[in-house]
Amino acid sequence: MIELENVAYSYGGGELLSDMTLSISAGAFYFLTGPSGAGKTTFLKLCYGALVPTAGQIRIFGNDVRSMSRDDIAVARRRIGVVHQDCKFIDHMNVEDNIALPLAVSGNNTLAEDANIKELLAWVGLSKRAKAFPPELSGGERQRAALARAIIMSPDVILADEPTGNVDWEMSERLLKLLLELNRMGKTVLIASHDLSLIRSAKSQVQARVLRISNRRLQLAGANL
Amino acid sequence: MRKLLAILELFRIDQHRDRVVPATGFTATLTTLTAGAMAFLVVFALALSFAADRLAARWTSALEGTATIRISAPQDQMKVQVEHALAILSTTQGVETARALSIDEQQTLLEPWFGPDIPLADLPIPQLIEITETSDGFDAQGLRLRLSAEAPGAILDDHMRWRKPLVQAARRLAILGGLSILVIALTSGAMVMLAARAALAANAQVISVLRLIGAKDSYIVAAFVRRFSVRAFLGAVLGVILGGVAVMFLPSDGATASVLTGLRFQGADWIWLAVVPPALACVAFLATRFAARRVLGELS
Repeated sequence: MIELENVAYSYGGGELLSDMTLSISAGAFYFLTGPSGAGKTTFLKLCYGALVPTAGQIRIFGNDVRSMSRDDIAVARRRIGVVHQDCKFIDHMNVEDNIALPLAVSGNNTLAEDANIKELLAWVGLSKRAKAFPPELSGGERQRAALARAIIMSPDVILADEPTGNVDWEMSERLLKLLLELNRMGKTVLIASHDLSLIRSAKSQVQARVLRISNRRLQLAGANL
Repeated sequence: MRKLLAILELFRIDQHRDRVVPATGFTATLTTLTAGAMAFLVVFALALSFAADRLAARWTSALEGTATIRISAPQDQMKVQVEHALAILSTTQGVETARALSIDEQQTLLEPWFGPDIPLADLPIPQLIEITETSDGFDAQGLRLRLSAEAPGAILDDHMRWRKPLVQAARRLAILGGLSILVIALTSGAMVMLAARAALAANAQVISVLRLIGAKDSYIVAAFVRRFSVRAFLGAVLGVILGGVAVMFLPSDGATASVLTGLRFQGADWIWLAVVPPALACVAFLATRFAARRVLGELS
């Protein structure tokens, strides 16, 4: 689905990521861990084409990211659901409209009015907040709204950057449960997190591969997690 | 083909997309005000242009087909020279009528400058002969040669000497009006472009969200372009209404008919006002599209 081959990324003269090779396969569950500033967010941005590697090759659904136009990347992103830690929304549109936005953007306006949105809102526990505006939501609600928006197009891959960064333990568990459920539906999930307790909790429920960024390189974390 | 589809995308009504860009904000107000002010100026430029055009047409038609002979001679030779000149004119091809103006008629002509009590008979003023041409006109050069031989004090004025520069000036004024409209359109475009760039910068988060969820550039551009075009259209409608009302208070044709012309719109001229809002909306459309494409390119 997403393949990285000897990928490096430099910014401002310094190399942030180096010699990374990984093939994100369909239906797998990944954790990406590492200390703050290790480059987890940069890694995710490379995976969904927001950044172009300075060396190596990234293929998104078989296409070399360097040869993809902006429109090609836009179309590819419809198959990748992204949940950011800061959960950006369009603040003057309500939660329901924000969640339906990927459908409108891809030209599926009829679907936007479909009852699926209501079901999705119920699934993430935001039915009562459908008409609220993003600034009115709590941290946990924002994360769940972002997750709903990320999966409304039924993407093949879900990339989540610190999805539990701003929420309490109970909400973290709830979000993890949602992500595990998506994985059981066949979706590939990659979560960037430095929350080891969350990773341990997930590992007890799913066969997850844990990757670690250390010294700018990607490693497979073993039992020493 | 892809480019054509991207342009057609701009015209597609999509309620969801049309709400993506906030309806309020200083850039939206700025666009409305700019379009309104520019439309107001366009109305005046149009009024000026039409008035100048009418003036040129009036001067042309009023003086076309007429000429004047002015005879300046000593009193004792005046009568003879006038008779000679009239005789020449009666045999000149292209001259329909020729008659010497009476003292009263000359007095009326001079009245605006010297007042009604001028003793014209006592003054050595030239005698005027009014000529009406046939549609073919006469050979001015040939007539001058014949006059110089038999009426040496006669000077033929076919009005070209001063009519031409006046008509030319009026025509240039009309062109100037047209150029003003072009400059206003370009200025509007530049202003809307600046406003659009500011709006794109102010809505960086909106763009970032749209890109994250897989919006193509054409979708983002269309969202901004439609917002600004509609704003410009509404502003221009307001400007045209105000401009139209203001033009109605300008002098009418009747007040200045003798030399000048009225500045108000006349007849079908008013229809042009209906063209201004869509035209300014088109300018905004192109300016925003250009700005949005550039900004999205820079953000990549």
